[in-house]
Amino acid sequence: MATVFKKTPLLTDAVLHYCPGCGHGIVHRLVAECLEELGIGDKAVAVVPVGCSVFAYRYFNVDSQEAAHGRAPAVATGIKRVHPENVVFTYQGDGDLASIGTAEIVHAAHRGEKITTIFINNAIYGMTGGQMAPTTLVGQKTTTSPYGRDKDWCGSPIRMAEMLATIDGSAYIERVAVNNTKNIVRAKAAIKKAFQTQIEGKGFSLIEVLSNCPTNWGLSPAESMEWLEQNMIPYYPLGVKKDTTKED
Amino acid sequence: MAKEFMKGCEAIAEAAIQAGCHYFFGYPITPQTEVPEYMAAKLPKIGGCFLQAESEVAAINMVYGAAGAGARVMTSSSSPGVSLKLEGISYLAGAELPAVIVNMMRGGPGLGSIQASQGDYFQTTKGGGHGDYHVIALAPSTVQEAIDLMQDAFDLADMYRTPTMLLADGTIGQMMEPVEFKPREKRTDLPAKDWATTGWGPNSNRPRAVVNSLYIETEELQEMNDRLQARYRMIEEKETRVELYNVEDAEVILCAYGTVARICKSAVALAAKQGVKVGLVRPITIWPFPKKAVHDTIAQDSVKTVITIEISAGQMVEDVRLAVNGEKEVQFFGKPGSYCPTAEEICEKIMEMRRA
Amino acid sequence: MLEQNIFAGFGGQGALLMGQLLAMASMIEGKEVSWLPSYGPEMRGGTANCSVVISDEPVASPLVTNANSIVVLNRPSLTKFESHVIPGGNLFINSSVIPEKSERNDINVYYVPMTEVAYELGNVKVSNMVMLGAFVEATQCVKMESIVEALRHKLGEKKAKLIPMNEEALNRGAQIVKDQK
Repeated sequence: MATVFKKTPLLTDAVLHYCPGCGHGIVHRLVAECLEELGIGDKAVAVVPVGCSVFAYRYFNVDSQEAAHGRAPAVATGIKRVHPENVVFTYQGDGDLASIGTAEIVHAAHRGEKITTIFINNAIYGMTGGQMAPTTLVGQKTTTSPYGRDKDWCGSPIRMAEMLATIDGSAYIERVAVNNTKNIVRAKAAIKKAFQTQIEGKGFSLIEVLSNCPTNWGLSPAESMEWLEQNMIPYYPLGVKKDTTKED
Repeated sequence: MAKEFMKGCEAIAEAAIQAGCHYFFGYPITPQTEVPEYMAAKLPKIGGCFLQAESEVAAINMVYGAAGAGARVMTSSSSPGVSLKLEGISYLAGAELPAVIVNMMRGGPGLGSIQASQGDYFQTTKGGGHGDYHVIALAPSTVQEAIDLMQDAFDLADMYRTPTMLLADGTIGQMMEPVEFKPREKRTDLPAKDWATTGWGPNSNRPRAVVNSLYIETEELQEMNDRLQARYRMIEEKETRVELYNVEDAEVILCAYGTVARICKSAVALAAKQGVKVGLVRPITIWPFPKKAVHDTIAQDSVKTVITIEISAGQMVEDVRLAVNGEKEVQFFGKPGSYCPTAEEICEKIMEMRRA
Repeated sequence: MLEQNIFAGFGGQGALLMGQLLAMASMIEGKEVSWLPSYGPEMRGGTANCSVVISDEPVASPLVTNANSIVVLNRPSLTKFESHVIPGGNLFINSSVIPEKSERNDINVYYVPMTEVAYELGNVKVSNMVMLGAFVEATQCVKMESIVEALRHKLGEKKAKLIPMNEEALNRGAQIVKDQK
């Protein structure tokens, strides 16, 4: 009987701890499939964050380091500088990357650190139970913005992909989403391109993935995908924000 | 080998390179900036990596990544910078990673001053960061000793898979002394770093490497802590170091470490001229603290007066008192901030505090 | 033997370098030494001083309160350090910028117009070497050759051509002391 589908061996057999309908599972698979297809599983080193994906080292079947909250790009820098031949990536959420770890991500990009960052933006703190993130939309209710995010009080949501694209050291920056099949296919192509950018030594690469959080958004998985489409994509436009990989 | 005349910071950096440390991540802060400067000049020439991080926080996390990748790696800073690194040091301890941190102490709290101080004893020996951990802390009192201890620091870190700190002060960092880099034999008894993240696949002859300090299950975290504590007991047993100077039949015992200890040696000579026999107990490891040596020296029948001297409001004195366990009174002389007592002042204090 | 010395002046006058050369020269002669600078936030123009201890034994305290010899290159340093010379010790005053005379009569005081002499030699940068020459001649704590050797080491091969000029400055300084004795 012909095999039509099998799980990539670059994901372990551990049962995911994510909530039903959460986009993390999709992105994990995309990352692992890209590593497999590029044949770099034995070179890859994952640096995982603090947040919902804190256990990602249980799932990515590659050497891994668990970083302190927000520090993954600095940890990845240390690894890459010791073993430049490794393919080093960070996997970070919006609290980790866009709040407590802004200095580390900005300076990793600024140095043109030859690492890849997978940045999950779901507009909320998931693991601690639904608090406001820097990416939370204006008016969005969370446990620490119970009356909705007030722009005058907390500022507008931060667009990390656009911001990092302004930095000379970044080579490839794209924003994608995993709310429907078409977008998932695009997301995979972007992630693969980001790893290729690193393999070719072209500089810092980051893929911002718009994802959902049905539990903390208080929606069903299907509703959450629709909410993402209606609310997040208009504020966080998809597409390539920067690509210097074709330049010499 | 001929002696060289070197500044403490530069000698420490050279000692690290000679100990096989080819990776340095740091941030400028007085009075230790000559360490990164020396590394910036030397490491690129030997295929190593010097990187000026965006912050102390980033620097210690780069150290974490490099240590997890199996490298001999270090960072260096001074008190306010070390405060920022404490998060990372706790993670290094929890992930059981070997790394070396230099603290060239300056006056605090806050921004404090840039002059020498010993105000970070508590921070260094009582944890500093969160959780039940220790760092091995080596406290040199001369530039030569800083070199020798720096080289030992990397071996100790590798042997016990623990962050190790060289705790010096601005005086050691800024002064120049004749030094010698003695050729050292490479230790062959250090454990292999088969836990390092170097890339793994089905054909690898080791398990998949995960560098981590997260143990969400109570039992697992307990197991990790038990392992650390057992290791700390072993370090206490095997690695405690102390210098006893002129202590036999001494009437007065001084306890001091680092720069203050060497000044005490001058005070010992001054007191001798006045006919008072003074000895010095100098912890070389401030963690593990040489409890037994301190106790036994002070417990001698001849000892009538015990004075701990520090550039602090009195930090190590607590460990001295614990070691003496109430058997004798332990007095304190010192000031917080950056005020370093001279030998003459110490001698005067000895005469004042001496029991009739 | 235990010689404690202080060199003090404005940053840029060469006080720290003089101390280093004295310490290196002593090391070359097999002595134990330490050199401890005062260090502050100012890079140039502030006050700078260093303590140099020379001993037959390993140096215990590198701090110097009362010194066998003190060199002062500016007025604030004279005010600060004049009282710290031990009786019978030496005080070297840069008379190019310090018009005052020392009020001490229990010590040897040498007045060295280091800047004028350096001008005569055609290079004001060697003025601190004039003072160091005077210091070595008066204290006899190291041989002048050892100072030159230390200087050779400090300057390195690239700047070796500056040695004769510095040597001349050292000798001129020594001559000033001989004349004042």
